Amino acid sequence: YDPECSQYVLLCANRTSLKPGQSPYRALLETLELTNTKLTLQLINDNNKVRLLLELYRLQGNMTRVKINELKPLKPRFEVPDVLINDPPTEPLSLLSQDENGVVLSLGADSQWLIVSAKPFRLDIMEGREVLLSLNSRGLLAFEHLRIRKDTDAVKCFVALLTALANGLKRTSTPFSLLFPFSFSPALSIGLHEDGMWEETFKSHTDNKPNGPSSISLDFSLPGVEHVYGIPEHADSLKLKTTDGGDPYRLFNLDVFQYELFNPMALYGAIPVMLSHSAQRTMGIFWLNAAETWVDISSNTGSSETPQTDVRWISESGIIDVFIMLGPTPTDVFSQYASLTGTQAFPPLSALAYHQCRWNYNDQEDVAAVDQGFDEHDIPYDFIWLDIEHTDGKRYFTWDPHKFPQPKDMLQGLMDKRRKMVTIVDPHIKVDSSYKIHNEIRSKGFYVKNKDGGDYEGWCWPGNSGYPDFTNPEMRAWWASMFAYDQYAGSMENMYTWNDMNEPSVFNGPEVTMHKDALHGNWENRDLHNLYGLYVQMATAEGLIERSGGVERPFVLTRAFFAGSQRYGAVWTGDNTAEWEHLKISIPMCLSLGLVGVSFCGADVGGFFKSPSTELLVRWYQTGAYQPFFRAHAHLDTPRREPWLFGPENTALIREAVRQRYALLPYWYQLFYHAHHSGQPVMRPLWVEYPQDTATFSMDDQFLLGRDLLVHPVTEEGGRGVTAYLPGKGEVWFDVHTFQKHNGAQNLYIPVTISSIPVFQRGGSIIPRKARVRRSSSCMEHDPYTLFVALSPKRFAQGELYIDDGHTFNFDKQKQFIHRRLSFANKALSSRNLAPGSQFITPSWIEKIVILGASKPSKATLKTPDGKENLLEFEFDASMSVLTLRKPGVNAGVDWTVVLQ
Amino acid sequence: MSCALLLLLTSLALAMGTGAAVEIQRPRGVPQSKRQFYEENKPFTCLDGSSTIPFDRVNDDYCDCRDGSDEPGTAACPNGSFHCSNAGFRPAFIPSSRINDGICDCCDTTDEYNSGATCQNTCREMGRKERESLQIMAEITKEGFLLKQQLIHEAKRGQEDKQVRSGGKVEALRTVKETAEDPEKGAKERHLKSWEEQKELIRMEKDKTRMAEAFLELDDDSDGYVSVAELQSHLELDPDSDGSLTETETQVRCLLFLPLKSREDFYHTSKLQGCKLVPPTVQTPEKRGDDELSMPPYDTETQSLIDGAYSHLNLEKEIGFDFGPSAEFAYLYSQCYELSTSEYIYRLCPFNRVSQKPKFGGSETNLGLWGQWAGPEDNLYSMMKYDHGQGCWQGPNRSTTVKLTCGKETVVTSTSEPSRCEYLMEFTTPAVCQEPASLDEVLHGHTEL
Repeated sequence: YDPECSQYVLLCANRTSLKPGQSPYRALLETLELTNTKLTLQLINDNNKVRLLLELYRLQGNMTRVKINELKPLKPRFEVPDVLINDPPTEPLSLLSQDENGVVLSLGADSQWLIVSAKPFRLDIMEGREVLLSLNSRGLLAFEHLRIRKDTDAVKCFVALLTALANGLKRTSTPFSLLFPFSFSPALSIGLHEDGMWEETFKSHTDNKPNGPSSISLDFSLPGVEHVYGIPEHADSLKLKTTDGGDPYRLFNLDVFQYELFNPMALYGAIPVMLSHSAQRTMGIFWLNAAETWVDISSNTGSSETPQTDVRWISESGIIDVFIMLGPTPTDVFSQYASLTGTQAFPPLSALAYHQCRWNYNDQEDVAAVDQGFDEHDIPYDFIWLDIEHTDGKRYFTWDPHKFPQPKDMLQGLMDKRRKMVTIVDPHIKVDSSYKIHNEIRSKGFYVKNKDGGDYEGWCWPGNSGYPDFTNPEMRAWWASMFAYDQYAGSMENMYTWNDMNEPSVFNGPEVTMHKDALHGNWENRDLHNLYGLYVQMATAEGLIERSGGVERPFVLTRAFFAGSQRYGAVWTGDNTAEWEHLKISIPMCLSLGLVGVSFCGADVGGFFKSPSTELLVRWYQTGAYQPFFRAHAHLDTPRREPWLFGPENTALIREAVRQRYALLPYWYQLFYHAHHSGQPVMRPLWVEYPQDTATFSMDDQFLLGRDLLVHPVTEEGGRGVTAYLPGKGEVWFDVHTFQKHNGAQNLYIPVTISSIPVFQRGGSIIPRKARVRRSSSCMEHDPYTLFVALSPKRFAQGELYIDDGHTFNFDKQKQFIHRRLSFANKALSSRNLAPGSQFITPSWIEKIVILGASKPSKATLKTPDGKENLLEFEFDASMSVLTLRKPGVNAGVDWTVVLQ
Repeated sequence: MSCALLLLLTSLALAMGTGAAVEIQRPRGVPQSKRQFYEENKPFTCLDGSSTIPFDRVNDDYCDCRDGSDEPGTAACPNGSFHCSNAGFRPAFIPSSRINDGICDCCDTTDEYNSGATCQNTCREMGRKERESLQIMAEITKEGFLLKQQLIHEAKRGQEDKQVRSGGKVEALRTVKETAEDPEKGAKERHLKSWEEQKELIRMEKDKTRMAEAFLELDDDSDGYVSVAELQSHLELDPDSDGSLTETETQVRCLLFLPLKSREDFYHTSKLQGCKLVPPTVQTPEKRGDDELSMPPYDTETQSLIDGAYSHLNLEKEIGFDFGPSAEFAYLYSQCYELSTSEYIYRLCPFNRVSQKPKFGGSETNLGLWGQWAGPEDNLYSMMKYDHGQGCWQGPNRSTTVKLTCGKETVVTSTSEPSRCEYLMEFTTPAVCQEPASLDEVLHGHTEL
């Protein structure tokens, strides 16, 4: 009997053989300590006698935190810093009862209890008599304790076991045990001849594991749950699939070349947050671990029992630190997660407009010609982007002296048109002693180190490259300072930043990323790999804030991300392909990100690799215009595809799609204000607003923007119609193009032409638009608003209007904004202040009010605070029941009422 | 083009000569030609007739007419347009969305009357500049056109020479030859394609051979693998010349063994087996002559006919080309024109091929073979298309569009690659110069202002 080996047996065999009740862990109730803020308790593995320390916290806002670490680790294990926005405030736990089998704790209101069972160790969170969620109910808690290296029998046993498993488990391409937490692709050759605990090989790469095996695992059971979501980034459906008999969902930030769809493989970013949803309750599990992580999902769906979903999380290193967000509504879960990791950065308004990108715009003349092309074809745009070729030999923060000799002239030219630019700044730094950035990083010792203590070097766009250690706060501060106008030569205030390749991408590294034994200070890349991209964007965003003296909001796009990345800017879904299936997948990919905090998401319009058909390009513009981050992008090897290159008809179609986006910018801005303010996603699955409507639970071919717009993109080649589901029994929806009214709670077939995609406004909502679309969003700043009031069957509607300067932090620091409640009730539409403590002066006024589902009044009177009453002219379209009030003319920032008689 | 420009130039000059025009009162943004529809104090009927509104709703910053005609001077209508008179320069219409958007669009500043933008009236300056450049253009056109006459004359003489030499039987023979060649055309194209493919294969084989040679040299123990140690023993590979090869440097070397494109592949797929390079399998390349395409021979009958008629191969070829309506482009045939940029020398050999050669060593790349005239219908001879150039990795075959503009000299003025492997070349030649407008026409044109 070898305790070491038996643990491996346990871990190795986990996925199929381990049954509930077999957990070797037991709670030592006599060690229980309860303080004001937490409960602590020791756990013992009866097989190897290693003790763990369990900490339980009841957090404010209906959350429970479960932390498990070794009681006495040989050396500290990694705990993820900089992701939580603060130490989450706790609430007292009270002990309700205790006996030799366990303890019962009260979680406060709502008759919620936390039950700790001693043998085997297990946690259950109950509400009344119902189990909401159980931990270790399947006995999959595992903790590979740190140990001293020795060639023991255990090792031999382990190797033998590995061999057996490797032979038996070749049917998939992923690891099956904690002991294969490195990537187990078909090409993998395991160094079985060696000690896999302390060293592994992947292709030609050797991973030295000076700390030995250190993985952790825990299972969660969710009774009554059939639908789980989240854990991006995967190119998969919104509803997560069971992984029985297949690969688990993998979270490990990688630069994947031409990624496959409907696949649990790891992509560029990782957010270890899963949401569960049923008609009764929405909950969330946040597994705070930045090492390579795998998630297994199984479900008994289809059987006659009560539905249940079982989830297992495995990470290669670190500790178990899990936040259980108890909802109960989707909105609650969003607020709970936001209280832990923060909310979406509030972007400058212009970043919500249209972005024109290509790898690459060749030179200044090219940029000027494309800029001119937009004006000639009267298509608005706000940002033009420069990819890696703009630099001097892929040295970021520099310009190619031949192609971009006068960057400031170019930027000034854009500024003269109130437009902006983004340049790319990647985190790999060319190793070149004549490159200032490299020399400074090297001399300051800011590079990531290899296992032997030298600067880690890898191969990327510039050739041999170093990788700054962004986990080091001093490094980040220095990096941020490089964005100062006097440091980044040729930069100006209308130039923003794109962080690509920050997984990080290492062309000659294992799986095209950094070696796991590379060192960030004292920690291995293994421990914090998934955090690297977050830190790059954090430091860059900080740089953009600092260069403006803390005044201007930054805009930074990132490809890699982690929990908390929403605080620093936008993400996109990486290098997609110009295929219809990739257009389709953009919807669930961005919905999944939105559910876990990242609202500012988009996919490359048109598709990055390959060349889209004209129809696909048009459809992609129409879809992208209704997704949060709206940027066209194309690979270097593809033919040019600026919107006017496909004949006048298609130019007109694309122009119209982009114009629809610009007209709706006030609503987008308001949604982002809310995302920033309260963590509510901008782009939402239908179930978020209709949580009891089971028909919506798996839907990912249509989506909501906020509560009030429903979008059903056309993603079929040659599509002549779509079947949209309009939710809400007793509700109505208005087609925004025709104003046709449709009843809710039905599947509606809508014939489509190439001219637009179906978009509906919810009856009961008010949406502000700006009908005067100009060549950039800045040009529209002071333009008047048109209000679209869509009446519910009860002739009621409500909406908001949010206005600020569009680009500074003054909305936050000085409360300089307008936030108004617009409501229609009792035949009167009024505007009331929602933020009495704030102030902002806008020249914008109310140009027009369009009331959908209205009846014809005899007169319409506008009342303003000065006591004046003016009769408004109106038009009434009886066939569509549309009432248009002409030119109320009242300032958008004041109180007013329009009374219909 | 030059005709229209000249006309404008002259009329502008005339307008200047008579002094500034008297500003006629009319609603903001309305052109003189439509002033009659905007009569003060009378109801205004939308220009599309869709409705009639009180006159005080014209330019009241609210869009009443579906066609946007009630708001010629504001940004209220999404489909409206604004007229700037631009006295001193040229009148223009701009989309009404550009009114008061903070950007100066009209040189007379009239579009920004309420945006706070500080615009300078630049019309006079722009007018002056335009006149200057038009004057230059006019001179170029004039001289260019004279040159063109000479070219036509020379081409005619050349043609006659050849006609004489071929005994006037050219037309008849051409018909015979073309009929005979017709079935061959397909074969020729197939041949061309397979030749291109073969060339690519040969090139790859050559690469492989080079790699194999290097490999054998490095594989000290001849075990079929180049190990890290073996690489490290070859200090000539040391990139930073610090006397040793680090592991990274060695890996970099490994990469360099792969042809460039496979290296890009490798970056994304990690196909390379670390530093254990599998030795390339080399097939001895077939012996080939130079890389030029040798045409398949015509059948004997046709060939003899051709031989009889054409003593000179060029003559046959020349007659096969479309040298323009008056053969004015014939002088370009068998000439080449070069443009040197920072990296490359570009070479245009009209009616033959376009190529690019790196300045600092490396082989020439074929950017396209003569295809056809490719200008728009009304100006066919303004553009040349060269295609079927060297293939691009994962992309199309290279092709080049040559834009021809009127100039006294025959010269390549610029090249660019707007899209990967699609080149654009600008080329000036007198052969596209149009006859300058006569004074009469110019004076006639004046009434249009």
